[in-house]
Amino acid sequence: MIAELGHFALILAAFVAVVQATIPLWGAHRRELRLMAVADAAAKLQFLLVALSFGALTHAFVTSDFSLRLVTLNSHSLKPMIYKVAGVWGNHEGSLLLWVLILAGFGAACAAFSSRLPATLKARVLAVQAMIGVAFYSFILLTSNPFLRLEVPPFDGQDLNPLLQDPGLAFHPPFLYLGYVGLSMSFSFAVAALIEGRVDAAWARWVRPWTLAAWLFLTVGIALGSWWAYYELGWGGFWFWDPVENASFMPWLIAGALLHSAIVVEKREALKSWTVLLAILAFGFSLIGTFIVRSGVLTSVHAFANDPARGVFILTILGVFLAASLTLFALRAPVLEARGVFGLVSRESALVLNNILLAVAAFVVFVGTLWPLAAEMFFARKLSVGPPFFNAAFTPFMMGLAVVLPIGAILPWKRGSLRRAAGQLRGAAILALAAAALAWTVQTERTILAPLGLALGVWLIAGAAGDLWLRAGRVPRRLLRLPRSDWGRVTAHAGFGVSVIGISLMLAWTVEDIRVARVGDSFDVGGFTFTLSGVEEVQGPNYAATVATVSVAQGGAPLGELRPEKRFYPVAGMPTTEAAIRNGVLRDLYVVIGDPQEGGGWAMRTYIKPFANWVWAGAIIMALGGLLSLSDRRYRVAAGARPARAAAGLSPAE
Amino acid sequence: MRRPAAAALLALTLALPLALAAGHAAAVQPDEIMTDPALEARARAISALLRCPVCQGETIDESNAPLARDLRILVRERLAAGDSDEQVLAYVEARYGEFILFRPAASGANLILWIAGPAMLLVALAIVARLYRRGAAAAAAGAAAGEDLSAGEEARLKAILGQGEGSPAEVSHDGTPSSSQ
Repeated sequence: MIAELGHFALILAAFVAVVQATIPLWGAHRRELRLMAVADAAAKLQFLLVALSFGALTHAFVTSDFSLRLVTLNSHSLKPMIYKVAGVWGNHEGSLLLWVLILAGFGAACAAFSSRLPATLKARVLAVQAMIGVAFYSFILLTSNPFLRLEVPPFDGQDLNPLLQDPGLAFHPPFLYLGYVGLSMSFSFAVAALIEGRVDAAWARWVRPWTLAAWLFLTVGIALGSWWAYYELGWGGFWFWDPVENASFMPWLIAGALLHSAIVVEKREALKSWTVLLAILAFGFSLIGTFIVRSGVLTSVHAFANDPARGVFILTILGVFLAASLTLFALRAPVLEARGVFGLVSRESALVLNNILLAVAAFVVFVGTLWPLAAEMFFARKLSVGPPFFNAAFTPFMMGLAVVLPIGAILPWKRGSLRRAAGQLRGAAILALAAAALAWTVQTERTILAPLGLALGVWLIAGAAGDLWLRAGRVPRRLLRLPRSDWGRVTAHAGFGVSVIGISLMLAWTVEDIRVARVGDSFDVGGFTFTLSGVEEVQGPNYAATVATVSVAQGGAPLGELRPEKRFYPVAGMPTTEAAIRNGVLRDLYVVIGDPQEGGGWAMRTYIKPFANWVWAGAIIMALGGLLSLSDRRYRVAAGARPARAAAGLSPAE
Repeated sequence: MRRPAAAALLALTLALPLALAAGHAAAVQPDEIMTDPALEARARAISALLRCPVCQGETIDESNAPLARDLRILVRERLAAGDSDEQVLAYVEARYGEFILFRPAASGANLILWIAGPAMLLVALAIVARLYRRGAAAAAAGAAAGEDLSAGEEARLKAILGQGEGSPAEVSHDGTPSSSQ
């Protein structure tokens, strides 16, 4: 009964979305406030209805209602509660329901918190948002209904994929979706602005918080997924450049570019059409990502053929939205005439360079991801594009970005001087070179990766500190009075530096040991002594595990015990590896227990992973920077609060 | 281990429930390792370039599929026989096809793939350079005509940023009727 109510609520939501997509648009055209006001109520109602529907599905999962097909396929009565809930979005249909829930949520948030948005713009934004909604409601209702019943309910379910029964992954999709779908707001603002034929500083200021929010959710989502891969896959890999990852990485890169170009629109009223294009592309890449993964076209052509309806549907949505918005863009872009002149050496030029590097980097990922498909279709070649390609083709752009970032961040608007900037950053440059020299001396392998990565990371972090110091006019007590957007920028840039250090040092300096160990054996890896002191069988709530106990010592001093596990989930018939990791600021100790060996003993892998946590710490710091920026007074003003007194003298460069 | 995981991720975040191959604690087993550390290091580096043909885009170095193991052993046999890295790769490619190389050869149509990024960068820089030149020319013309562009711009910016009271959006949006008709 509750499931049927959920289904019904979803259908109602779809109808509300249809209303929201049409009447306010007509109202904006006729300038009739009453028609435009429909958008507000509809957006809120729509969210309420989807929330009801989502609640109904969650209820079915929590109560293990196996009369629902989806619950039977993806849940089990013995599963811990947290994974029963996570099971709601741990499958195609449920994850789509989460998609539309977040979509409606963003619409409702815009309706509720953007009371000062000009009426016509708001009506159009919400209408465009609802159009996206209509497309996805149709998709879910016509091809992926989560509320299908089974004629004969089984006694128990088939369990959620054991790999997904993990706290890191349980919350990975919601964050990712908040990011993906958050970009729909930027898209809606872009399309609404094209309809209005107006893009100005105020528009940029409205659109930036939504983009910022989407970007920071994407950052957290990607970091969670990568962190999960690191500890769950059993060998410490954290990024594989596979289509699924690339699908989330491309929107992230474009959103990063959009964040920066929106600043130029806000401060200088330039780059308008480019910014609108980026906003369209950012969401376009979200849709492309959804298509790539949902259709399965890149994993296997057969997967696509198995369920062509879904793939074709998404492709249609993608095609219609991209074609319509790009056509509108082509028609209206000339109206968005740029103003003013760019000084070649200026903040805005640096931001243009940032945009070029990020956009080209996203383009490289895009081409690399789709090349196997293109090669097969046009050249009849079955080939693979994997990590070796991406590492070689993508990394240079990120290094270029890291080199110019600190310089660009301290350049003034309009006209700056490279010589002056170089003088201001001399300290950071010296620190970076010193760090490179240090890395070169410390390392045993002669790789260039570690010194280069460390130098770039230190350059970014020291550059960010210098940026902050200069903004405060070199007066310490003014640091705390700086606007939060300054703190946000500096924090995010420093976070990028932290990630760069983590990625390069971990890749360059990881020590690996693979061996057969018997109980009682001791062995040395990277200056640590590991002893396999015992192996036992343990019964978990819905799995059986082989648990090894490994004691670690350094220079004779015991550091403690690690307990790597090998689990077997009987319902799904799948084994998983649970690595034991001892986290540290400078290194992780990473131990995995493998199969029992024929001659006795166990296969064991041991890794020393230097600076591993810096990879994700950097991402979290970046997201924190985004959060700080988001909490800046300017956006609270934009969001409807009364403007506080002008912060006189705090923004000399603006 | 890795591919079931990625497939799971796929199924989870984005879609199509795939048939998940069972597997765990992956890749290079203790008994495969060559006694010569230099050869072993080369074997690992080569393995990271080769795709396991029966997995979902996993390198043979990461995969625990029996075929991946066979390939790892094959690579080591070739190295032990004195092949160079290129010879090993060519040997494997000759038997399993181009599909097995994770780093596509930069030849033929694949040149498009390899050149796409740098070419796009050059195109973008060229477009921007043209815009800058045009902008500079327009500025010079503006200055000749006696209008101070940047001062006007300054005033406009001030109005929009609406120092203190008043919504900036209202200033700009209600100040001038929309031009969208």
